[in-house]
Amino acid sequence: MQKTSLLFCLLFFGTIYSQNIISGYVLDENNLALEKSHIHLSSQSTNSKKDGSFIFKNVPSGATKVYITYVGYKPIDTIIDIKGNLSINFKMKQKKEQLEEIVVKHKNNYYNHSVSEQKINEKNIEKYSSQSLGNALKEVSGVSTLKSGNTIVKPVINGLHSNRVPVFNNNVKLEDQQWGMEHAPNFDINTAGKITVLKGASGLQYSGDAIGGIVIIEPLTVKKDTLFGKTIMTAESNGRGGTISSSLHKGNFCDWSWNAQASLKYYGDRESPNYVLSNTGNREINFSGDLKYLGKKFDFSSYYSLYNATLAILSASHIGNVNDLFNAINNQIPYVINDFTHSIKNPRQKVQHHLAKFNYNYYFKDKESISLQYAFQFNNRKEFDSRTGVPDSRPALSLNLMTNTLNADYKLSKDTWDYKAGVSGSYQNNAASPNTGVSPLIPSYNKIDAGVYAIVDKHFTTDFSVEAGIRYDFSTIEATKYYLKSRWNERNYSPEFDSFIEADFGTQWLTKPQFTFHNFSASIGTQYSFGKEYDWYFNVSRAVRNPNPSEFFSDGLHHSTGMIELGDLRLQQEKSNKIGTSLQKKWTNFKININPFLNYVEDFMFLKPTDLEKTTRGDFPVWEYEQTNALLTGIDINSEWQINEHWQHRLLASYVNGKDKSKDDALIDMPPLNINNRLLFTKKEWCNLNLELQSEIMFQQTQFPNNNFTTNIIVNNELTPVEVDISTPPPGYHLLHFSSDVQFKASEHSMATIGFSVFNLFDTKYRDYLNRQRFYVDEIGRNFQIQLKINY
Amino acid sequence: MKTMKKLRILTIATVAIISLNSCSNDDKPVNEEEVITTVTTTLTGGGQVITLTSRDLDGDGPNAPVITVSGNLTANTSYMGSTTFLNETETPAENITTEILDEGVEHQIFYQAPSALGTFTYNDTDANGKPIGLQFTLLTGNAGTGNVTVTLRHEPNKSAAGVAAGDITNAGGSTDAAVTYPVVVQ
Repeated sequence: MQKTSLLFCLLFFGTIYSQNIISGYVLDENNLALEKSHIHLSSQSTNSKKDGSFIFKNVPSGATKVYITYVGYKPIDTIIDIKGNLSINFKMKQKKEQLEEIVVKHKNNYYNHSVSEQKINEKNIEKYSSQSLGNALKEVSGVSTLKSGNTIVKPVINGLHSNRVPVFNNNVKLEDQQWGMEHAPNFDINTAGKITVLKGASGLQYSGDAIGGIVIIEPLTVKKDTLFGKTIMTAESNGRGGTISSSLHKGNFCDWSWNAQASLKYYGDRESPNYVLSNTGNREINFSGDLKYLGKKFDFSSYYSLYNATLAILSASHIGNVNDLFNAINNQIPYVINDFTHSIKNPRQKVQHHLAKFNYNYYFKDKESISLQYAFQFNNRKEFDSRTGVPDSRPALSLNLMTNTLNADYKLSKDTWDYKAGVSGSYQNNAASPNTGVSPLIPSYNKIDAGVYAIVDKHFTTDFSVEAGIRYDFSTIEATKYYLKSRWNERNYSPEFDSFIEADFGTQWLTKPQFTFHNFSASIGTQYSFGKEYDWYFNVSRAVRNPNPSEFFSDGLHHSTGMIELGDLRLQQEKSNKIGTSLQKKWTNFKININPFLNYVEDFMFLKPTDLEKTTRGDFPVWEYEQTNALLTGIDINSEWQINEHWQHRLLASYVNGKDKSKDDALIDMPPLNINNRLLFTKKEWCNLNLELQSEIMFQQTQFPNNNFTTNIIVNNELTPVEVDISTPPPGYHLLHFSSDVQFKASEHSMATIGFSVFNLFDTKYRDYLNRQRFYVDEIGRNFQIQLKINY
Repeated sequence: MKTMKKLRILTIATVAIISLNSCSNDDKPVNEEEVITTVTTTLTGGGQVITLTSRDLDGDGPNAPVITVSGNLTANTSYMGSTTFLNETETPAENITTEILDEGVEHQIFYQAPSALGTFTYNDTDANGKPIGLQFTLLTGNAGTGNVTVTLRHEPNKSAAGVAAGDITNAGGSTDAAVTYPVVVQ
């Protein structure tokens, strides 16, 4: 392995005999000398002198890579053809960082040409070091969050979430029980170098079931010979804790490079303006690292990451029956308020996610390559509840999800054509522990998936291109599940599914339901640039998603929501047909992107309240998975206005309307209209001072289905019927956040950034419609944050 | 060639991991330990033993609990009462009453009925001297019909106003059992 690659390097550098002298100057745009710029020429490197000059001796002839870096300037990365001694000057351009923070278009590195991709860069990711992936994604218009408390945060893209929004970390689809509304992506934000959001199913090389969109996370890659590190420390007042994340990166042109990163989080109870949110702390210990070998014609990398988190679940959200829920909603004050503590009690979640992957890329020519990848993921989720007569250390739910994935991808660029094609296969096993003393919500199962895709992209002119792709996915799942005979009959599964029955266990059937799916997904779109800096994108896509294990097999009581959730074996795939378009216009100081969409989802799966079941614990509403035709329409807008050298304004706004077409009713859990305004002040002379004032306006959701129901509660010792209002969204709210940072040289080789921020400046009391704990408590109040970042 | 060898080792390792992980223990149904299927309140007084029983053998399943009341109560009579909780999905049935007694500080049972039926007084205490409610006295009223509701709360706030006297209004906590019996006092 090593020998082969060494040979490649030797071949490349060793075949040329003649030695030449290369000299010149490194200058800025005004032809002024740049001292101490770092210049790389094949395997040699040097720094420019005071007058900007540099010289290399003994340079072999042939095509040679040149790489020049200088702080605050765009690096130069080019190849020069050396035939003899050469004098050459390099002109460097200043970085315009503010304008690049949300990179809207990347011609060289894109996932789909016909979609305006939205990215979050490293600087913005660092700001969220102490938070979660979901929170960071709110930097993109059209992305909101579905929360269970403050630490469990899921991204919602254009109104859709969970299995409809797959997350790809380092080219691997995260497999971590995403069916659950209270299961956040098992991912540490500190491992991300760049995050891209693709709205809709246009990323066919990734998956064919992304009905909402795809989140693509890439780690930091360093393509130059250097060693550097970064440490970010964050301390926060709310939760009285902090985060520390450290990383080291060793880059290289050829030969070995590696990255290593670790982070630690420790927080106690969060506080709302008026009370402590008892049992809301969290802990995380995460690690990731990779080792990469770059040869001239190929590269090989191995990657491992571990996400390890303990998340407390608000004590007051543990309720027994709908009377408790009614009391919580009507009292507006949680029934448990203890003094602040760092300790974590039950209920809590403990999750671990291991990801190991090996990747091999071979480059036939400059524009033709093949990539092979194997990934192994192991996810262990334990959920602990407050239980009677059971030790606290015994989980109520324990799932081990193991996923093996193999991918082979081929890319070719020829003339004005780009081709991408690939195959993938995966085997997944879920093992639900029977030792919990509670029937698992998700049964044990085995799943096999296989997919094949082809994408073609034609550039008719530099301003006009068309991209089309098609994908086929095969999937088969076999579960092992015990059904109460009473449930089997109530669901009317007999005789239709009697063939699944394997054995009789008195009051229960042992069943092995098996389902196989064949799905076709497709995407076609165009990108067209016209007039003065107008860019227009148009994409039509079709995605097909299979029912997930929760939708098929759910069968039991959800403690935090006080509802019985029932899956349905009769469910069919849901099919999304999405039209998304995006118009961008750039003036000198103003840039706007308008992005309307229409998503018609056939057989949309959702939970619907149907009945009330009586148990010893009391009455419970029954929510069943049903299917309907849904129509989601909306618009996302973002703009950037460079008012002058120092001032900038940014706007993010999004609106989505979800309709249940079959019933002519609103869809549940749709994010309301939200508008996010930011005013930024930058002054380079004052230690790179950045000030930012952010206004977050969330309107009240006025379109929602009425799922209220009636139950009997005891008033003055007698049973009295009352209505439980689980439908009415909380009022809208307006929050102000402030953040600031300055940058200075800490030593000769290190830069330090100190940031100070206040979240929820006025300690506003509010509740959010898309927080599952909105029935029980207010959102968190004011939070002071100090962040220290050192680059070395 | 070395790559090939590595790939082969990788494949073998993968297969090994798959086969190791696949063996989950699904050969019998999960013992539902937390479920309370049966709540029985026994009232002894006036020469009678009256039992109020709620039994739901499919737990959180679709079948409703079966409620039985063995007879009518006599007016203006003092009854010694006790309540037991069982999990009959297991054989032999698991007695949850002892667990409630062991974790007495974390539990309280509430009895509610219109005043015409009678009033309840606690006869037991936990480690902090607060009531648990497994033992109580019922003093029946003049006469009437109505519902008696028995509620088991986990982690109630026993110090809140009225809770130690049996008023559920400020108790908080989460409900582990709540059953209602139609009762006649004559």
